[in-house]
Amino acid sequence: MDNEQLSLPQYEVPEDLQHAIAVTTLDRLYNWGRRSSVWPLMFGLACCAIEMIAAQTARYDLARFGMEVMRPTPRQADMLLVSGTVTKKMVPAIIRLYNQMPEPKYVVAMGACASGGGPFKEGYNVVAGIDKFLPVDVYIPGCPPTPQALIAGLIKLQEKIDKQSIKQVPWYRRKTKDPNYVPVPILGPDLIDPRRNAEIKSAAAVKEG
Amino acid sequence: MTAPASPLTLDLVARFPGLVQTDTRPGYSGFIVEKDSLLEVAAAVRDELGFDLMTAVTGVDYPPDKMEVVYHAYRTTGGPGLVFKVQVPRVDPVEVPSLIHLYPGVDLQEREAWDLLGIKFTGHPDLRRILMWEGFEGHPLRKDWKEGFYEEDTKPFKSRWPQGQFYMAEDKNPFNDNLAFPQNFDPEKWIPEGDALLYGALARYTVKQEDGLSTDRIVINMGPHHPSTHGVFRAVMTLDGETIAGLKPVLGYLHRNHDKIGERNTFLLNMPFTDRLDYFNSMTNNFGYALAVEKLMKIPVAERAEYIRVIVSELSRIQNHLVFIGTLLNDLGAMYTPSLYAFEERELILDIFEAISGARMMCNYFRFGGVVRDIEDAEMQKIKDLVYDRLQYKTDELDRMLTENEVLLSRMKGVRMINAEDAIAYSITGPVLRAAGVPYDIRRADPYGIYDRFDFDVAVRYNGDLMDNYLIRIDEIRQSLRILDQAIKQIPQGPINSQKPAYQVRVPAGEAYGRVESPKGELGYYVVSNGKPNPWRYHVRPASFVNVTALEKISIGAKIADFVVLLAMFDMVMGECDR
Repeated sequence: MDNEQLSLPQYEVPEDLQHAIAVTTLDRLYNWGRRSSVWPLMFGLACCAIEMIAAQTARYDLARFGMEVMRPTPRQADMLLVSGTVTKKMVPAIIRLYNQMPEPKYVVAMGACASGGGPFKEGYNVVAGIDKFLPVDVYIPGCPPTPQALIAGLIKLQEKIDKQSIKQVPWYRRKTKDPNYVPVPILGPDLIDPRRNAEIKSAAAVKEG
Repeated sequence: MTAPASPLTLDLVARFPGLVQTDTRPGYSGFIVEKDSLLEVAAAVRDELGFDLMTAVTGVDYPPDKMEVVYHAYRTTGGPGLVFKVQVPRVDPVEVPSLIHLYPGVDLQEREAWDLLGIKFTGHPDLRRILMWEGFEGHPLRKDWKEGFYEEDTKPFKSRWPQGQFYMAEDKNPFNDNLAFPQNFDPEKWIPEGDALLYGALARYTVKQEDGLSTDRIVINMGPHHPSTHGVFRAVMTLDGETIAGLKPVLGYLHRNHDKIGERNTFLLNMPFTDRLDYFNSMTNNFGYALAVEKLMKIPVAERAEYIRVIVSELSRIQNHLVFIGTLLNDLGAMYTPSLYAFEERELILDIFEAISGARMMCNYFRFGGVVRDIEDAEMQKIKDLVYDRLQYKTDELDRMLTENEVLLSRMKGVRMINAEDAIAYSITGPVLRAAGVPYDIRRADPYGIYDRFDFDVAVRYNGDLMDNYLIRIDEIRQSLRILDQAIKQIPQGPINSQKPAYQVRVPAGEAYGRVESPKGELGYYVVSNGKPNPWRYHVRPASFVNVTALEKISIGAKIADFVVLLAMFDMVMGECDR
């Protein structure tokens, strides 16, 4: 964000001071810093991960948006880019990674598979969208989305960050337990979501043999 | 390619009277071996007939009465293959003797057949599930097994077509999700199997040495989230200091049920799914599947389309190998700069793919009998510019920049990968086999398409160390450019498909195995048709999956720092590996 965007339009700064002074709100400054340094988790699942890599290379240059610093550890990452088909076998690992990420954290579902199962939705080992488990901030359609589409989605994420207010964001509030903690699914005869135990039990009881 | 072995030289029936029969079902080929004499016959096939490369092992379910295990064996000296099958009654436990002691390369494939079809291979030392997890209910590829979102056996589903209705698949499932639990299942009482069996399989490596010095061995999990495993691959290893003492690969984190979905789909509907196997090379993936179905349909391919197929396949190989070199250098610690060079060329090749097929990565370009769109003159000019004016110089540049590099030499030169004998035994194909000194390239050994018309050398290196595995990729890029040069000059005008465009193709009953030399190795499709619009059995024999069988053999004794590079040499793509 350049000075013009950072400054609030209602305050007039004399022209000879404009290079030195900006009048703005704390929220704007805070979000300006955060939106321009979103560090994604270095995490690829499937085909979409290749387009994610392509988006980082010279032609598309994700660094323009401050998103080129891929962190292999979730503890340094701000954004989980779910880039590909989420399988039942993989989803416990994804949830663990998400739980290890510090606040503020964002989830972007890249591609048809991560958004809703995509072409593989009917597969017995496929989770029909990561949003069955994680709160998704931005969905990016495509199979796979082109790097341009990915960048468009990430700009949407930046817009979302811009709208947040430091007074209301949950991560500075007093809390006894992590509100974003997601219980890790269990691999049983099929994938067991611990939050749905009662529901699964009752549905399995009425199921006809 | 799977033409029945010539009865004059390869008459298994005469060699084993009463134990082997010729497969006489219409459209089928090869031999049916009695279950009890399988080991004896397989030993003769390997030692007397010289079929040393056991490429594909898979099962087929023929309810209600029998199951079949199909073996495809080839000679590394070239020529057509030998198919033999074992038929067993479909009563649990379905048991077939394991061939692991004759052909160690069948290890993971037999585990896959156990996992997905419930065929028990007696004598297999480590028969665990591989793509699904221990505790999963049922064997999904059996014809009577139904997934959570099951609707009908075959597509197009009657409820949607031709009326055009749609609804959410979740609405029809009792759990409102892609789930299927057994009757009266109580999730709270479930005790997860976890990795007990996996660590049990590793336990034999944890015995202490009796050499006086007592050292602890530790077990390390690498993956499924790890920056250097190229996807969701997991390796569990036992370490003795920095040396790897034992290793088990854990696969299936990207198992997208390709085979099961493929058997519900119509033949043509599978084409876009093959794109997503090895997502770097949708063109060569399409090629293999088109070959298999064309063989079943017994149709010719339009002349111009044959050339187009070669051109796009070789372009695909070039961009794959370039990216391989880039990511290899990432793994060696040269973070990202070589990758940027590689991706620069890759983007230019993808531009051509986008122009001719409409998509950068998932091209869905091949059709049975040809290709879907022609290459216009403007695009052909772009290909010419790229091949003649750019790619060879860029390859030289990469070569100049990297090959003499001191760090590269000290990390890779002389670091053992695998020798020729083991590589063949473990069914390794592709660049890793050729870098071990075996000049086996399906384009030359068993030519498909029109590869027999081109003049090119099979790239081969003889040391089998990491440096050779890197150099062979550069050699192959140069050979691909040679093929491209000839193909561009020879391509004729004409139609691009020998058939009329159709949504539904008629495929006579029978079986076919189509295989291509993908940039990773042998990519095979085993397709069985029963004359209906959908394949009865659709099996992909992926290069990465079979190559990784040898990972345990290669890694034991290596240093953990080298493991990342050893793994990188397989050029694994998990979409193809796990399917």
